[in-house]
Amino acid sequence: MKNIGIVSYGAHIPRLRIKSSDIAKAWGKDPETITSGLGIIEKSVPSPDQDVATISVEAARAALARINIDPQDIGAVYVGSESHPYAVKPTGTIVGEAIGATPILKVADYEFACKAGTAAIQTCMALVKSGMVKYGLAIGADTSQAAPGDALEYAASAGGAAFIIGKEKVIANLNETCSFTTDTPDFWRREGRKYPAHGGRFTGAPAYFRHIMSNAKYLMDLVDTKPEDYDYAIFHQPNGKFPLRVAKMLGFTTDQVNQGLLCPIIGNTYSGASMLGFASVLDIAKPGNRIFLTSYGSGAGSDAFDITVTNYINELPREKAPLVSQLIEKKQYIDYATYAKYRDLLYED
Amino acid sequence: MADGAVPRFWREIPQRYNLISNQCGSCKKIYFPPRESCPYCRRKSMGKMKELKLKGTGKILTYSIIHTAPEHFEGQTPYPIAIIKLDEGPKITAQIVDCDLDDIKIGMRVKSTFRKIQEDGYMGAIHYGYKFKPVEVKK
Amino acid sequence: MMRDVAIIGVGVTKFGELWDKSFRNLIAEAGSKAILDSGISGKEIDALYVGSMSAGRFVGQEHVGALVADWSGFAHMHIPAIRVESACASGGLAVRQGYFSVASGMNDVVVVGGVEKMTDVVGDEATDTLATGLDQEWEAFFGATFPGIYAMIATRHMYDYGTTREQLAKVAVKNHANGALNPYAQFKRAIPLDKVLKSPITAYPLGMLDCSPVSDGAATIILCAANKAKNYTDKPVKIIGTGQASDTLALHGRRDICTFDSTVYAAKKAYKQAKLQPKDIDVAEVHDCFTIAEILAIEDLGFVKKGEGGKAVDDKITTLDGEIPVNTSGGLKAKGHPVGATGVAQIAEIVMQLRGEADQRQVKDAKIGLTHNVGAVGASCIVHILEAI
Repeated sequence: MKNIGIVSYGAHIPRLRIKSSDIAKAWGKDPETITSGLGIIEKSVPSPDQDVATISVEAARAALARINIDPQDIGAVYVGSESHPYAVKPTGTIVGEAIGATPILKVADYEFACKAGTAAIQTCMALVKSGMVKYGLAIGADTSQAAPGDALEYAASAGGAAFIIGKEKVIANLNETCSFTTDTPDFWRREGRKYPAHGGRFTGAPAYFRHIMSNAKYLMDLVDTKPEDYDYAIFHQPNGKFPLRVAKMLGFTTDQVNQGLLCPIIGNTYSGASMLGFASVLDIAKPGNRIFLTSYGSGAGSDAFDITVTNYINELPREKAPLVSQLIEKKQYIDYATYAKYRDLLYED
Repeated sequence: MADGAVPRFWREIPQRYNLISNQCGSCKKIYFPPRESCPYCRRKSMGKMKELKLKGTGKILTYSIIHTAPEHFEGQTPYPIAIIKLDEGPKITAQIVDCDLDDIKIGMRVKSTFRKIQEDGYMGAIHYGYKFKPVEVKK
Repeated sequence: MMRDVAIIGVGVTKFGELWDKSFRNLIAEAGSKAILDSGISGKEIDALYVGSMSAGRFVGQEHVGALVADWSGFAHMHIPAIRVESACASGGLAVRQGYFSVASGMNDVVVVGGVEKMTDVVGDEATDTLATGLDQEWEAFFGATFPGIYAMIATRHMYDYGTTREQLAKVAVKNHANGALNPYAQFKRAIPLDKVLKSPITAYPLGMLDCSPVSDGAATIILCAANKAKNYTDKPVKIIGTGQASDTLALHGRRDICTFDSTVYAAKKAYKQAKLQPKDIDVAEVHDCFTIAEILAIEDLGFVKKGEGGKAVDDKITTLDGEIPVNTSGGLKAKGHPVGATGVAQIAEIVMQLRGEADQRQVKDAKIGLTHNVGAVGASCIVHILEAI
């Protein structure tokens, strides 16, 4: 797709952090084993007054801070998350109102586990390409839930990123996108339940690896590229190990993956994960950089993107909003008791 | 706070989300929340009040740390509230976030941020709005 | 042409957590005490004025005027009853409205009562109801509490004038010492400075003992045309000045965070009418819902200069034997603060002082007294000046 792509972007990561070792100690597990086993040192935690709506608004406002467009020209807002504040009443309308894009606006909320945000990007691409909107805003954000004591507790974190998609002054061209989807029940959360359930080791090979591998190969076939053609590769990151492993299996190097790999220090931000990884890459990207982005969402599916950074990236005042690295550095540690209170773990499901 | 009082708080979304104030067409004084008319110009200002979006930057005039929470804020204490003088003139009352309680000072520069303010219980509507965080002093 | 008005009788109930007394019991008790004290007969009553902040939320009852007329035994006489509300100044406002109705010549004898029953709801509900005196949409909505807003005044007063937590605490110590001498007070024990300073923080810098309590109680006075007062009592007390003023509802709207302009303007009007100055006042009951409120009051009433309220406390100017004894009853802090009753109870205390009936709290040669009743955080204020005639 010529000249359809990212026009601006923004990110938000809540300040609070909890160390994997502190969670491990609370549950009587060996901190060393857990930390090195999962490849996660610490994760972000939302404060009681933060949720997917507030994170989405911060990320969207950050994207708008870097660009001079009339918010009324944003014709669509799609927010992907698996922890929307309401089961019924979209996060997108709250964001739309908070950025001044209402009322002529297409809005819906998306859910597809961790890939709801990239699905939103695809939708916006189509709306922009067809001329149905001038700009589309795609957001992936989560304040993911994890049952106390469950393995997911070390990773489930909070954060999000927003991407404004358009045709003019595109800073990163979304050359091509494709998706690989099957009905695979590796991880799910039932309606009305507080915590998800998962299939343990089943979440590996038949789920994460199968979909990412298949989709990545499919995309590289479509655009006729090889891993070495890319400067950066971003994969969905449920822990610090899977993305490195799948990168290796596909033929990408650790160097290509590092900039977009945030899980070790902020955990798995679910719908925000690959999106934040992408934002982190855009923070330092240079004209001509080629980026390979592959998300994964349980249930299951993967969205992949072949991206080329344009000259316009140098015109974008990236310093007008916090860089991902700055958001990561701005942190305050809490202990497990405070974490339990903030994440509502002390109440019955 | 009346639970289920949705319309009352819905009406104030432009103020809580976007700090929409208004300005007297006569004396140019800015009011937040917006007023029907200017208390000083009175009838001269009727029909002449113009909507104006505030930047959200200002400084702390005074503050307190709440330890005994009111309804809907249980579990959040201790939290700071402050009176902030916005750069455009109006003064508002709001919570301070992302700041150690000991670091809050009168005169501190702050900027608005979008947060959850309260909800009508776990089944009710969620009300979002402004809180203020310290502005980094550029060295 | 306005005629002079006198107070010919007072009655107060004990203030406290009065589990056995209902809203109706309380107002009836205060009312009957006042009527007996005055010597009037029920047939002479022209109207009833009642101050009650929030009977609706505390006991689920509105139409309070009608209730009080009925429960005082006057329903069959069809006496007009008026309920007024100005948050914590409801009592003072009732006094003022009753005063106008007599001064104007419309009424000759008027009963003015104030009542609040705050313990029929759980503690949190009581404090949330008090907070309805704040700006609900622009202060309370964002998490501000009633003590929190007053605490912000304290923070700024400490910043502007160097007032200290110790000085605030000394106000509580003084008032509890006075309360210990008042048989009607909720708290009848002196409290040491240390205990006040160490009390759990409610809203920094105010601790629990900087705050007046949740209380039940009622107070009633009988007003009468001054030229007829001697028919009933040989110790009438004349209302020689009345003043009322309003200000912005929210503290953030004020001209100066550390001044209650409503007090300044209400007091100005009262002093002007009475042709007096602050230094002429012998004894005062001021609105100390929080310790900082008393510091502001003595400044805004003109007893000391702005900013010197803390120093005045250190110099013991406002103690029982000081230059200007303030809150001889124990104030809201120790006497208790059944919200609607307070404004009327303050008048009752000054009347007792001016009659020489204040027992161990008696201020020597008290001839002129002042009452100061504030609504919530100073959005309204009513000041009265009384003189023994």
